[in-house]
Amino acid sequence: QVQLVVPMAVVFGPGSVPRDLPRPLPFRDVQEMEISVNLRSSVTSRYEMRYRSTTGQEEAALAAATAREADAALYPLQDTTLGSLTMYVVPETSSLLPQGINVYVGKHRSALVRAVGSLAALQARLREVAQVMSFTAGSIAAALSDRVPDGRLSPDARRNLKSSLGYEITFSLLNPDPKSHTVDWDIEGAVNRYVKPVLDKLSLVANFSVDSQILYYAVLGVTPRYDKESSSFLLSAHSLPHVINPVEARLGSSAASLYPVLNFLLYVPERSHSPLYIQDKDGAPVSTNAFHSPRWGGIMVYNVEAPASPQASLPLHVDVDVARVMEVFLAQLRLLFGLSREEVPPEFLLECPGNEGLADWELDHLLWAHTVENIATVSTTLTSLAQLLDKIGNIVIKDDVASEVYRAVASVQSAVTKLSLGHLHAAFQASKEAVTSSERAFFDPSLLHLLYFPDDQKFAIYIPLFLPMAVPILLSLAKIVRETRLRKKEPTKMD
Amino acid sequence: GGMAAAVLLLLLLATAPGPGRADAGQERRDTLREELLLSPLPTGDVAATFQFRTRWDADLQRGSVSHYRLFPKALGRLVAALGVRELHLALTQGFWRTRYWGQPPLQAPAGAELWVWFQPTVTDVDKAWKELSNILSGIFCASLNFIDSTNTVIPTASFKPLGLANGTDHHLLRYAVLPREVVCTENLTPWKKLLPCGSKAGLAVLLKAERLFHSSYHSQAVHIRPVCRDASCLVVSWELRQTLTVVFDFFSSGQGKKDWSLFKMFSRTLTDTCPLASQSKVYVDISPKNKEKELLEVSPHPTSVHEAVVQGDKKTYAVYDLLSPSLFNTSRSLNVQLKWKRPQDSSEMPVPTLHAQRYVGGYGLQTGEICTLIYNTHPYRAFPVILLETVPWYLRLYVHTLTIITKGKENKPSYIHYQPAQDRRRPHLLEMLIQLPANSVTKITIQFERALLKWTEYPPDPNHGFYVGSSVLSALVPSVTAMKDMDVEQSPLFTSLFPSSDGSSYFVRLYTEPLLVNLPTPDFSMPYNVICLTCTVVAVCYGSFYNLLTRTFHVEEPSRGGLAKRLANVIRKFRGVPPL
Repeated sequence: QVQLVVPMAVVFGPGSVPRDLPRPLPFRDVQEMEISVNLRSSVTSRYEMRYRSTTGQEEAALAAATAREADAALYPLQDTTLGSLTMYVVPETSSLLPQGINVYVGKHRSALVRAVGSLAALQARLREVAQVMSFTAGSIAAALSDRVPDGRLSPDARRNLKSSLGYEITFSLLNPDPKSHTVDWDIEGAVNRYVKPVLDKLSLVANFSVDSQILYYAVLGVTPRYDKESSSFLLSAHSLPHVINPVEARLGSSAASLYPVLNFLLYVPERSHSPLYIQDKDGAPVSTNAFHSPRWGGIMVYNVEAPASPQASLPLHVDVDVARVMEVFLAQLRLLFGLSREEVPPEFLLECPGNEGLADWELDHLLWAHTVENIATVSTTLTSLAQLLDKIGNIVIKDDVASEVYRAVASVQSAVTKLSLGHLHAAFQASKEAVTSSERAFFDPSLLHLLYFPDDQKFAIYIPLFLPMAVPILLSLAKIVRETRLRKKEPTKMD
Repeated sequence: GGMAAAVLLLLLLATAPGPGRADAGQERRDTLREELLLSPLPTGDVAATFQFRTRWDADLQRGSVSHYRLFPKALGRLVAALGVRELHLALTQGFWRTRYWGQPPLQAPAGAELWVWFQPTVTDVDKAWKELSNILSGIFCASLNFIDSTNTVIPTASFKPLGLANGTDHHLLRYAVLPREVVCTENLTPWKKLLPCGSKAGLAVLLKAERLFHSSYHSQAVHIRPVCRDASCLVVSWELRQTLTVVFDFFSSGQGKKDWSLFKMFSRTLTDTCPLASQSKVYVDISPKNKEKELLEVSPHPTSVHEAVVQGDKKTYAVYDLLSPSLFNTSRSLNVQLKWKRPQDSSEMPVPTLHAQRYVGGYGLQTGEICTLIYNTHPYRAFPVILLETVPWYLRLYVHTLTIITKGKENKPSYIHYQPAQDRRRPHLLEMLIQLPANSVTKITIQFERALLKWTEYPPDPNHGFYVGSSVLSALVPSVTAMKDMDVEQSPLFTSLFPSSDGSSYFVRLYTEPLLVNLPTPDFSMPYNVICLTCTVVAVCYGSFYNLLTRTFHVEEPSRGGLAKRLANVIRKFRGVPPL
């Protein structure tokens, strides 16, 4: 049974303390919530709240003009361990939060919450904020998507990448028509400027490697439809699933590593097919001209502007506007990691993470989900290993495999304990170790079940013995049957 | 002085990438050059050699983020991740008959050959080698994953780095040959995928599997090596050469005519160039033989004619430059044709200066003998040759039986390196430096005993035999014609991979035939036969016992009997004997 404990500090600013507090500040309180995954298993989430009033420094920080300034000033005063949250309750009439906004979530691990009349209402609001900043029932279900029954999973849940120790990000520029376009992109600069900061932040979650390539004569699998009205070519939403396959054959596998690959393709359409636009399900053009494929990556179509004079010499030189492209790709990257900001109630205001591309609490969000997923993966791996052993009795478990299994079990137990103590980082590290050990044990070459002689074949070898021996037995059985039948008939004959 | 020079060098090294990065937009940092060499062979066959050369002015070994343009990402990452300094992989179907076809531009042994130099920074070379062969096996769909310690050797003299190298510690080298490997379409497709233009444009349009594998010899190779970026050689560039050699037999299939054309060979013609290539040329070997000129005629008219000395022979090439705008002006496609004006008498075939032959001698299934014949046909010059022999452990070589005989006399090798095999762990390695006198045949024999394998060690179809990989001959062959210092870049295939030493000799690497040896093979159906037989016996015994135990016996009343009994009684009556 997994229990996720979120340590949470609720700090009341002057004039924001609800009147119906059960005890004088400071005091502690616990709220539990159960997230059921399937019939047999469920995950409990437990918010350990510490209510207190502000210190002098915090009071000074909260007196800032805007919420952003207050957030920046409060940051050095907070508990910055991974997974912990700090909520500052500001008075109902506070001017820190704009009109109509009740919750401001900062860049780090804190939020400003507008006070409501009663404690119960405040607690409901706090719970909502805590879920946004740590995990929701939906994000946990997505992490455990292998165990959730099919019908109960939202379609978005299958979009998220599986947890892994590392990811490879490949940017590919597809130029199907090098005769007409010479396309250049400053991918090195773009990666350093836009992708690197995000990945540096994400390096806590996994290892990332980035590379890029240019592929020529790589065409999409679908011929776009010509639209006379706009004199452009259109790719409709229902044809998009067929686009990727022929391209994928050219992408090249990551032979040198076992990590999953995230592909981001920039497609510069042929001259005879441009401009090319992607249509959504309703037939309207997609503003970004891009789409993503769950657990695979994203594709963006980059149209080349037609030259002013038709007799301009070919090939046309194209310099890709990498800022525009990277904006789309980074948004897709966030989507693939399940860090979408769309599912937030309207009364919430989320601070833009700035150059880092990722707020601290979003990182926590990822860590919670990945830790839970890792624990589930380990238990699945070890269960199937046990099933294999049950099926083949004479399989040999070598000492190193056994020690890996023991290590996996120990690590996964420690991860569960750390989770129930609220130590997110330690729990994540332990779960990572558990995954490594369990995979190493499961994929050990000595455990290949084909190495063992199946019992049905042993039986087949002795067919020359069993078959002739069965013949007299069967014959006499047949004789017995015939005789009993005769004996039954005889009395009727006597009549 | 030395210190100052070192500092200056460091400064140069430090500043060199600066301008390169700055003007990366205008100046291409990687180039692709493609060429096709068509050469009629003395026997009437035609050899076509493609070479695609990608050069990348970047250091693959450094930098965590890598951005690829023309250089294939899969190979680049491999080189960077595993610390490869040089990689040579060849997949070959068929055997290049040096005696009849002449010196090949680049020969490869039948099957798969892989040799790799690793960087000195690689600590566990064996692990990197294993990993590399597994990854290459995935990239090229070949069974390179069968490379293990039983077929890997570390040659000490035969394989030197072909690229830039500042140390030749041969412990960083690994060499393996899989003679059993069959090369087919599934190996060609990934090879073509590494080309920037794929098979969509340029010379690669001709590479159609159904024609390429309908040939006498097919060899495709990948060579990666570091080269000097410029004449001063302060910075490293990486070069990838993809070569493909194919030999078409037209004499037998073309009604005795030796005429050929691109369309006849590849069932395709050249229509456009690869827009990424900075050079795209077709060379046709039109060297006059026996001083008779104008024997053959090529059409259409070549862009230029180039003369060069290649492998000690004066050659004349008709050159078609696909990038020159005049070529595609007259017709939309290029179909190079060659016609012989007069039927040629094929009685006198030029014999290459160095060629070799190898076979297995002896009889029975216990012992045998490997014989290698090396021919030096040069009329007056002797030269040394390095012979590398790799023999699997299940042929137990007796080194004391090694004899080298030239012109009836024993020939003592000046260098010999022998590493005995260990059962199931490593093969025999024999390397010798042998002096070949002028106009001579050298016979090298060594006896072996065939080992018995465990029953699980036999491959499928063990009665087919066991392959022994080709032995490798490396030599600096003296040239008949003096070579001039010429522009190597102009010559076809850039006068191959090997460095040319000086004007008087040229480097040749030859491979002999692979051998097929029968080992004592047990009857694998025997255990099953025994099981069947014993089971049948047991079953018969069981059946009769069962019958005895279960049958009910009762006395039968005498009856008048059947037809036989009545017949017998009639006879008895005649004889006067009482009836039955």
